[in-house]
Amino acid sequence: MLNTFVVHVENKPGVLTRVASLFRRRAFNIDSLTVGRTERPEVSRMTIVVDADRDQALRVEANLYKLVNVLLVENITGKPSICRDLAIIKVSAPHNERSHILEVVNVFRARVVDFDTDSLTIEMTGSEEKIDRLLKVLRPYGILEMVRTGVVAMRRGTKVQQEAAAAAAAGAPSNGTATVTSDDNVSYSV
Amino acid sequence: MDITKDAQQSTCEFDGKPVAPQLPGYRPDLSPTSEEYKQALELIHNSKRPVILAGHGIILSGAMDEVRAFAEKANIPVGLTLLGLGAFPASHPLSLGMMGMHGEAWLNTTIQEADLLLAFGMRFDDRVTGNLKTYAPNAKKIHIEIDRAEVNKNVKVDVALVGDLKGVLRELLPNLKSQDRHEWLAYIDRLKGDVAVRDIQGLPDNGHLYAAHVINDLWHETRDRDTIVVTDVGQHQMWEAQYYKHEKPRSLITSGGLGTMGFALPAAIGVKAARPEADVWVVVGDGGFQMTMCELATMVQEKLKVNIAIINNGYLGMIRQWQEFFYERNYEASPILSPNFVKLADAFGIRSVAVTQRSQVVPTVEMAHQHQGPVLIDFQVEQEDSVYPMVAAGASLHEMIRRPSPIVETAADA
Repeated sequence: MLNTFVVHVENKPGVLTRVASLFRRRAFNIDSLTVGRTERPEVSRMTIVVDADRDQALRVEANLYKLVNVLLVENITGKPSICRDLAIIKVSAPHNERSHILEVVNVFRARVVDFDTDSLTIEMTGSEEKIDRLLKVLRPYGILEMVRTGVVAMRRGTKVQQEAAAAAAAGAPSNGTATVTSDDNVSYSV
Repeated sequence: MDITKDAQQSTCEFDGKPVAPQLPGYRPDLSPTSEEYKQALELIHNSKRPVILAGHGIILSGAMDEVRAFAEKANIPVGLTLLGLGAFPASHPLSLGMMGMHGEAWLNTTIQEADLLLAFGMRFDDRVTGNLKTYAPNAKKIHIEIDRAEVNKNVKVDVALVGDLKGVLRELLPNLKSQDRHEWLAYIDRLKGDVAVRDIQGLPDNGHLYAAHVINDLWHETRDRDTIVVTDVGQHQMWEAQYYKHEKPRSLITSGGLGTMGFALPAAIGVKAARPEADVWVVVGDGGFQMTMCELATMVQEKLKVNIAIINNGYLGMIRQWQEFFYERNYEASPILSPNFVKLADAFGIRSVAVTQRSQVVPTVEMAHQHQGPVLIDFQVEQEDSVYPMVAAGASLHEMIRRPSPIVETAADA
């Protein structure tokens, strides 16, 4: 079963390697992984899709938390959320087939972003399934080139994960006033 | 640890205030729910054949007293992992010794026949479980563990209490019922009796020096003192774990799952530096010793009194054992050359002696104790002795290769 994790990480060099290395070490199979900036410059956000059963998904989450650069992990599988993939597809379009392809583009609410003598380049944003279906329909015309970003995701609703904001603020050493907190309930030996 | 050159050379104000490590994302939930506690207690109270699997987590958590109180109150026997040794006193009537690949046969059988496993601060390593498909097939499992990532990793458990072991046990103890389990304990005692006939300690002195005898005698001579044993990796490590009866936590330092040959001597130097009042004994093989024997210089230079017992059998013994059992004695790259260890020690100004007879073991250990400086003893032991019992890699925990009994033929040998 595919699980989608939203992972807030410190925006620092080497963090992606640590996360990827964890997945390699523990032999969790990554379906897709995207990284990007967020509303806070010190935080990057990863959307990781992993093929895992329920127990494995819990261990993915627990293992991610053991990385020092990981601020927050959220498994949004099955929760109300927006999951989007972006694809750019270059499809063979000789004169006589062009109108058919444009019709498909319209029906799928995709966009044509480049036009050449015998090809069209299409941009499509949507759920993975929708892009899969568009690709299926376009395949007979001849797909010359295709790229997908992998899923990015966000929970629906106003509520945001407040802990992440608080933790990121406390953890950002760049502000020069990192406060010394000692929590006796926390083991630092892990 | 890598400190950059510019950081090493720059200057800054030092205010001497300790700074706690910043782990902004690490806020583990370490409070099991009351429902989870209830489920755990129910499993314990309904079990007839429970066993505690005691791991290193007990020592890290400082939960020795709680584990002991728990075991005694509920009458549950305790098996230990390699790193758990010392977490529960070996002389305690409920102690069953070490489990796993080279664990006690009675304990491995006990685990396979148990109806409840209580895993305290251990992670079901493959050296402990054998084949996972056949591991403790009839047992419910309770896992008390601080690291959520370890739960359901190797063995699927029925109840997981994620938290600090000491705190979790303190929660459980008041509601834990005292139960009579003399039938189960008597059964385990009978298993012990069956095993005793195969024990190499029962073998009369036949002029050969066996590593297991060296360890046993070393234990006898050092047990009444504040002794810390540091072991390397291999056969000697397993014999030490089997025959040196550890009563106190942190009286055994070994590299555990990392399996680091060459660990013992440098680690012992660190141990002696940290605990100068303790007697520190290195138990090391001839192979592992040669990986880091250059540290003899550090030991002498820092004037650290460390006693070194080399269990010298002329082989990478554990490799040789596998080649004997599984590769038809095709001894490839396992016979090894050693220097004359006595001369080597002499070159460093370390008192040294070679031992080839069992009768010399006790006096030599006593000499090491009396001598002010470090002592190195080269125990030249039986070359082709093997560690028993052994659960072959991939075999079930109860399928053990047993020591052929020198004392009596048992039904199993026939």
